[in-house]
Amino acid sequence: MSSMEVSNLTKNMLKRMFLEDKRFDSRGLLDFREIDVSYNVSNKAEGSARVKIGQTEVIVGVKLVIDSPYPDSLDKGNLMVSGDLLPLASPRFESGPPGFEAIELPRLIDRAIRGSGMIDLSKLVIKEGAKVWTVIIDIYPINDDGNLIDASCIGAVIALKNANLPEFDENFRINYEKKTDNKLPLSEETYPLSFSFFKLGDFIILDPTREEEEACDTRLTFGISLLNKEHLINSCQKKGEIPFTSKEIEKMMEIIPKKFDELNKRLKKFL
Amino acid sequence: MSKEFKRPDGRKHNELRPMKAKVGVIPNADGSAMFSFGDTVAIAAVYGPRQLHPQHMQDPSKGILRCNYDLLSFSVYDRKKPGPSRRSNEISKVTEWALLPAVYLEAFPNTVVDVQIYILQADAGTRTAGINAASMALAHAGIPMKDLVCSVAVGKNDKNLIVDLTKEEEDYDLGEGATDFAIAKLANSDDITLMQMDGKAQPKVIPDLINLSVEACSTIYEIQKKALKSVIAEGE
Repeated sequence: MSSMEVSNLTKNMLKRMFLEDKRFDSRGLLDFREIDVSYNVSNKAEGSARVKIGQTEVIVGVKLVIDSPYPDSLDKGNLMVSGDLLPLASPRFESGPPGFEAIELPRLIDRAIRGSGMIDLSKLVIKEGAKVWTVIIDIYPINDDGNLIDASCIGAVIALKNANLPEFDENFRINYEKKTDNKLPLSEETYPLSFSFFKLGDFIILDPTREEEEACDTRLTFGISLLNKEHLINSCQKKGEIPFTSKEIEKMMEIIPKKFDELNKRLKKFL
Repeated sequence: MSKEFKRPDGRKHNELRPMKAKVGVIPNADGSAMFSFGDTVAIAAVYGPRQLHPQHMQDPSKGILRCNYDLLSFSVYDRKKPGPSRRSNEISKVTEWALLPAVYLEAFPNTVVDVQIYILQADAGTRTAGINAASMALAHAGIPMKDLVCSVAVGKNDKNLIVDLTKEEEDYDLGEGATDFAIAKLANSDDITLMQMDGKAQPKVIPDLINLSVEACSTIYEIQKKALKSVIAEGE
């Protein structure tokens, strides 16, 4: 039942409600749902987190391996973000090769994290030009009730923050059973948050439920960070065939700093 | 923004690289075009509207647009392994969305319009060059369109806003580093159909970047129109 397409009836109802700044769950158009975070989803991972935004739930794990550096960045460690939209999480998801959504999600998180400078990749070098840490972030939605990208970004940030480096021997063989107290070289000052704006008619909303997301025509996702008290847009990607106007984008630019500060405050206790 | 900022190739901040556009470069195709920004060269071919198989993919209410973007293996210094990648999949999809608002496919139910875009030589801005070529190829194929789609990358080196970044400028790492913002829009309206950005830009800079892209797109539009008209003049 939950896999049925959203009807025009629902779409029109939502538009009428948006006009009065209302939503089915009584939030304002730009309000996020309740956010809850917990840690250590798996003690086999070097770091992990579970994020719930309303009924949406995402788990994120960080694994660390020792690799050769990429030939074009010998003085840097590697960052890889991957994940899958498991059929476990929604009747919409199917097994098999990844569809566009499954490809896009980790790529957006990768770009938000890289762009923010949250990880200092140059400090992941173990032996210059030969051995570096590769940080692998894996994202798995457990229950999709909309806004997976923003939830995944929070999960990735928290999983990185609570990751500990494992021990390794002189042959660079890792002993995953022995975690050290050493943390990843993360910036104290900055990390990214993702904000996905969804558009239905002339209305722009944040943090849609699955139903709202399905009813919306198009999406614009931003990766935002705060550095030296300045908000920075680190990444952006539009999804869908309906265009945005420059007016709408200007409006989003006014919303972003306020919303970032608000969400940042709510997440403080988890970081 | 400092007036003295020097770009590596001496261009002004709002100056595009020399562009070339040619329509009808692939005789087999229903429509085709080449578009280049400096050393970045894209070709595009349009096949269709044609019957779509498998049948279950058909839409009885309209034709569908299917884009495929990729780099040729020798278009970059480190040979690119042939075949689709996550990057090319993503670009193919956003290219499709960038072009869709411009085309009317209601008259062609159950069909597909295939847009094939390949990069011959890459020096940044490949997706935007590809969209410019594809938009011309669609027009050349006679697909009903309400407008051409124009696309350009704008961005920043440190605090300096620039248009049409080269690879060297994309890799700039001083000060605030490089910001790369690919934009596509309908030539004659405010509709923005592609937005993809990486880098560090303050929210208040984004409208300025968009304005810069609007200015550049009007230049690109003239070049696209000229190339399309010259084909008609030749009586093709």
